[in-house]
Amino acid sequence: MSTIYNIFVINKSGGLIYYKDFGSIAKLDTNDSLRLASVWHSLHAISSQLSPVTGCTGIELLEADTFDLHCFQTATGTKFFVTGETGAAGVDLLLKSIYELYSDYVLKNPFYEVEMPIRVELWDLNLATLIRQRERTSTGK
Amino acid sequence: MFGLLFSLKSFTAKLDPINGDNAGQAGKGCSFHSFKTNTYKLSYFETAAGVKFVLVTDPRMGDLREALRNIYSNIYVEYVSKNPIYTPGQPFRCELFESTLDAYVKSL
Repeated sequence: MSTIYNIFVINKSGGLIYYKDFGSIAKLDTNDSLRLASVWHSLHAISSQLSPVTGCTGIELLEADTFDLHCFQTATGTKFFVTGETGAAGVDLLLKSIYELYSDYVLKNPFYEVEMPIRVELWDLNLATLIRQRERTSTGK
Repeated sequence: MFGLLFSLKSFTAKLDPINGDNAGQAGKGCSFHSFKTNTYKLSYFETAAGVKFVLVTDPRMGDLREALRNIYSNIYVEYVSKNPIYTPGQPFRCELFESTLDAYVKSL
């Protein structure tokens, strides 16, 4: 009972560099996913400005009525965020694993240009495996 | 702050993976009830009339939806809405509201 709906990766200037749908009922079209990614980038920035204490690094978890959004920002400003079912556990760890896959298969790929859209087959494959594994362990099959 | 909340609301309405985009219709679509950063947690509650309540707390606080609902129905409605000299939509300064709110928030 912890489905992942979407995965987004955005670069440090807010441009969408990767988007994948894992079975949400209402699909987003390409324009919407690009727009929402940059909206998220700005919301993330504003939220860290609004903090009553210093040292805020932006939204980590957004709880909406029908889904939860977990966000992880790397030291270089790349943001990974996933939407999943409300109350899904272990998504923070999942984000870390996604980051690991990103550094292994995308950043170490000599043909990949940083900040550009990700078109790397191994990353795609491994990401799909990771999500499938997660679904399997959470449903206990 | 208002801009952030407004944008977050249209963002969640658009991103809603279950029901899709209802953002155009007022009061419909998927809203959000809280977000959490490493330094604070912001809980949000919007009434049917569009009055918004925002509670900024320590990130370790649990679910505050009940608390906000309580602030609305037992404190705001009692002391502000039912106040005969209060004009809806205007800023209010109401001693009873503030003292009860103070006491309630301290008890959380």
